[in-house]
This record gives sequence, C-alpha cells and structure tokens, in this order.
Amino acid sequence: MDILDIIKPENQVFCKSRLMTDATLSYCPGCGHGTAHNLTMEVIDEMGIVEDTIGVAPVGCSVLAYDFMNIDMTQAAHGRAPAVATAIARTWPEKYVFTYQGDGDLAAIGTAETIHTCNRGENIVIIFVNNGIYGMTGGQMAPTTLAGMRSSTSPYGREIETMGSPLKITELVANLPGVYYATRQAVHTHKHVRKTKKAIRKAFENIRLKKGVSFIEIVSNCNSGWKMNPVESNAWMEENMFAYFPLGDIKVNGKLK
Amino acid sequence: MSELKLMKGNEALAEAAIRAGVDAYFGYPITPQSEVIEYLMSQRPEKRTGMVVLQAESELAAINMVYGAASTGKKAMTSSSSPGISLKLEGISYLAGAELPAVIVNVVRGGPGLGTIQPSQADYFQSVKGGGHGDYKLYVLAPSSVQEMADFVEDAFDIAFKYRAPVLILSDGLIGQMMEKVTLKDQKERMSNEELIKKYGNWAVTGKKDRERNIITSLDLQSEKMEARVHRLLKKYQQMEKEDLRFEKIHCEDAEYLIVAYGSSARISQKAVELARAKGIKVGLLRPITLFPFPKQQLLDLAAQVKGILSVELNAGQMVEDVQLAVQHKVPVLHFGRTGGIIHTPEEILEALEQKIIKNGHTRHHKTRESSLL
Ligand SMILES: Cc1ncc(C[n+]2csc(CCOP(=O)(O)OP(=O)(O)O)c2C)c(N)n1
Ligand code: SF4
Ligand SMILES: [Mg+2]
Repeated sequence: MDILDIIKPENQVFCKSRLMTDATLSYCPGCGHGTAHNLTMEVIDEMGIVEDTIGVAPVGCSVLAYDFMNIDMTQAAHGRAPAVATAIARTWPEKYVFTYQGDGDLAAIGTAETIHTCNRGENIVIIFVNNGIYGMTGGQMAPTTLAGMRSSTSPYGREIETMGSPLKITELVANLPGVYYATRQAVHTHKHVRKTKKAIRKAFENIRLKKGVSFIEIVSNCNSGWKMNPVESNAWMEENMFAYFPLGDIKVNGKLK
Repeated sequence: MSELKLMKGNEALAEAAIRAGVDAYFGYPITPQSEVIEYLMSQRPEKRTGMVVLQAESELAAINMVYGAASTGKKAMTSSSSPGISLKLEGISYLAGAELPAVIVNVVRGGPGLGTIQPSQADYFQSVKGGGHGDYKLYVLAPSSVQEMADFVEDAFDIAFKYRAPVLILSDGLIGQMMEKVTLKDQKERMSNEELIKKYGNWAVTGKKDRERNIITSLDLQSEKMEARVHRLLKKYQQMEKEDLRFEKIHCEDAEYLIVAYGSSARISQKAVELARAKGIKVGLLRPITLFPFPKQQLLDLAAQVKGILSVELNAGQMVEDVQLAVQHKVPVLHFGRTGGIIHTPEEILEALEQKIIKNGHTRHHKTRESSLL
C-alpha cells in the first residue's frame, strides 16, 4: 500500500482544524498546547457554533491563543480569565464562552476567580492545561509542580514542608455545586486525544444545556520547562504526573464519581 | 419622565446608571460607596432594564468582569473606594491598553493603607498620573454635587465610547454620602445586541459572524507595534485635551486671588469665596471638572491677572503640583488642605488664603512650596 492511500480524509484522525489560523504555532515542538487548541477548534467547528463562540486567552504560554484560534477572543490579565468570562456569559447568555488557562494562571494567581466562578456556576467551559510548571516565564515552580520536582525556583526539588503540596484544583472545584462536569485528560497519544475531544465536546454541549461550569483539565508536558526532549517528557509525565493527577472523570452530570 | 428626588450621591449615581441604559455593573462592598451596589440590588435592575448587577468576589474580579463585558461592546462599570481602586489598577491599565470603553467610580476615602472611611481627595495623583502601569491616562471627571454624580455617569460613557478608553469618576466620601435634590433623566433603553453588533462590530468580540474575527488584547511582543499602540493612546489624550476639557469659573472676572479646587473642596471653597467677597477681598474660584484634561491654559491666563493662587484639596498637596506647572511659576501657588478625613471649613480656607497668599503673596517672585498643612 502506498503512503498516499493511507493519507485519505477518511483515514485521517488528526489534521489541522479549519478554525486554526495559518500562523506558525509559537509553542515548543512536542508541547501539548497546540493539540489542545486544535481539539477545541475542532469541537467548535463540528458543533457549528463559531458565530456564537467567544474565547478568553490567559497569560502564560497560551497568551497568543488568539493568534492560532480563528475565532473572536479577548485576552485576560494573569489569572482573571474566569472573571472576564463570567461577565461575557452574563451579558451574552446565548453565547458559548470558554477560557483557556495554564496552571499558574488558574491555580495560583487566579485561584479566587477560579473558585468563585465555579461556585457561581457560570455557564462556561474552562480548559485548564496543567503542565506542572510556569512555562512562559522560563520554568518556575507552579502550584502543580510535583513533590521533589526541580524547577528554576525549586532548584533542589519541591520541598513539601516549605513549599506546600501540589494543588489538585480540579478535585477541589469538583466539590462545588456550580460545577457540572469535571474531568482530567491528556493529549500526548492518539487514544488520549480522542478522549479529550469527547470531553471538550461534552463540555460545550453543557453550555447549550445551560448546566454551569464544565472544567476540563488537560495534564500536559512542558518539555522546555522540564528540560527533557518531547519523548522523554511524555514518558516522565505518564510515570509521575499521572500518578499524582490521575486521568479520568471526576464529576459527571453534576455527580461526583 | 425626568424626576426630582432627594438622594444620596451614591444612590443617585446608581439610579442614573440604570436610567442611562448601562448593561452591567460589577462591584465589591467598601465604605463609603457600598450604597451603589446596595441600591442597584434593591432596584431589581434585571427586571427594570435587563441590566446585569453582580457582586464580585473582589475588586480584582470586578474590574476584570468589566473588562470582559467591555470586550463585547457592552456598557459596563464598577465602583469602589481607595483601597479597592488600588486593587483594580492592573485591570484599569489593561482596559487602557486594550482600548476598551468602561467607567470606574472612586468614592475616595483617606489613606494610605486602610486609612479612614472619612472623605478625602488623596487619590488625585493615582487618578491623573496613570495609577496603574504603563503609558496611559484616564479621562477623569470630578463631580461636586449629587446632581453631577448622576449626570456624569452618562457623560462618562459618552467619552468612554467616543475614545474607546476607560473613564474615571473621581468622587469622595462627602459627595457620595451627602443628600441633595437631584433631577434624574428619563429611562433610556439599553442597546440591543443587534444594534451593538452593527455599531461596534468592527472591534467588539461578539462571535465571528459575517466578518473577520475580532481580538481584544493589550499585548504587542514587537516593540514597533507596541510603540504604535502607545502613540495611538497619546493621540486620544491629545484629542481629549482639545475637545473634552471641562471646568467652571466662579467670580473670576475681577479676581485678584484665585482658589483652585475640585469636587467637595470646590463646594466648600465656593462658600469661602463668598466670605472673602463679603470682606471686600476679590477672590475667584476655578473648578476643574475634568482633572485630566486639566485646565492648564485657563490657569495660565488667570495667572496674568491674579496675585496668588491657593490650591485647596483634601490631601497633603497633590493637585497643587499641576497648578504650579500650569502657571509656570508666574505667581505664588500654595496648597491648603486637611487630611485624615477632616474636612476644611470655609473659614479655614479663607484664613489660609489670607495667611499664605494675601499676606505673603503680593510680591510676584517665585515661591517654593512650603509646608501647607495646618
Ligand atoms: C500580574 C502578573 N504576574 C506575573 C506575570 C508573569 N507571568 C506570565 S506567565 C506566568 C506563568 C504562566 O504559567 P502557566 O499559567 O502555568 O502557563 P504555561 O506557560 O505553563 O502554559 C507568569 C508568572 C504576569 N504576566 N502578570
Ligand atoms: S515552554 Fe513549555 S508550555 Fe510553553 S510552549 Fe514550550 S513546552 Fe509548551
Ligand atoms: Mg503551566
């Protein structure tokens, strides 16, 4: 069989979404952000809701999400995307509003906005890319950095006694009545990509049904921040990140698993 | 129909916001301005006009909610008092950088720190010199009556949308808390989504439909682009100075001495002017209504006429620096003010004018600033 026989539309599992721009991704090769973007755009395209979708970009590596997602977007101050999204969803209740945030953005500086937006049950989707580090600013410790994990601000490894434990914010917000759906996924293999896409689809469907917050954590790699090559970083992620941040649904249809 | 009512400044502002067809208010309680959100909540604005009113978890959240609604072209506002405004400054800087229309109200109390809940004008520098980070300015309106608390809401939104820039209403605990007669305007309808999309579809994020997508951001990683943005902002500020300066002159025609005061200080100074004139001292009052733009030329013109100027402020001496700059040291300019929430009396102001300016100020030589507090 020729390679061109395989690359047929019906066989193509992964391709660039029509809703991704032609701008060159600013992400490091191997980084999960690009895949997470693409999946979000695929879902919006497939649901036919682009005309009614408003995205909120964070501060972090994905600050330029609006360069790549070919939809209406506004860029929020560091950590404040849920507040920005709250106001959009409240003043445009018929729209599909989502935030796209990193772990520093969502679980450190923006913790209050995250918790209160979830607690109010705003009708939005939160896509939360947890790479256990501050990618954008050069690999500092994040609230999600694992115990013993090295970063530029925990050069001898995260010490729990002085730096606290890595924060499982998805479990935390899943306990709030305003959160209808909370799940933890990954995008480093095709199997995981398929699952994550399903989760994102479910989340956007929940907006249609006006169910409140759908919270999608994507555990991802930051090969640059972790100082590994992409293959190593994915193996390290499976072994260490998934052990502490186990994949799977945490709350479905308003019920904790 | 317009309506005459007796109201607190804060309540008049809130009622005016509903009547002006404001789409959204986001706030967090703090004295002396909590009446704004309390009044709004009592009015069921979601029923009256469909206005969204939300108590946020913090001033940070509130200002970023304003940013969100403003990104979509909605008329959004917030109010707070000094410590809360300090928290909002990052968001205000983002609003300026991203070129979004919004209205922020500061009902100032004494500081620094937790300070006092009593009235103050100590946030002048913060209001007119930027406050937050970066090269930006706010258009600043300073109401000196309950009527202006009401009127300035619509004026502020007009300016905000004219320039796509944040506007600050700089009030204080005195104007916010006092009760006066106020004429309220007729109810305006909120703009429909269809009309909004037609009007602001060239920039607002409302969902990409029949057009290229819109992006709201204040980020320019390329220096040339960032400089172009800063220049674009500067142009707006220059245009504001040309087209939207506001001030009031009281008894300035024959004035030999001048008081410069805004907001509550202007109200009290007006009485001091009357007391002075009863004694035969020809005093005028220049009241800046906008603190940026500032009536620089008007001050310079008056400097050719008067023998000295007293800047009366409820602070340790802030606006006085701008008055000095404006008059280019042509006449002595001194400051008088009380702090800590103490409000000067008209008699104190007159006494300060007599002691600091009239007794010392007949010579036209340059005077350096001296301790001007009581
Ligand atoms: C108020 C403020 N504080 C700090 C920063 C600097 N800063 C930018 S991105 C970032 C961390 C982002 O990390 P994360 O949210 O995990 O995103 P990632 O880059 O890892 O995807 C920090 C601290 C900022 N821009 N604004
Ligand atoms: S620094 Fe990390 S998170 Fe940022 S693009 Fe590179 S790999 Fe991705
Ligand atoms: Mg991160």
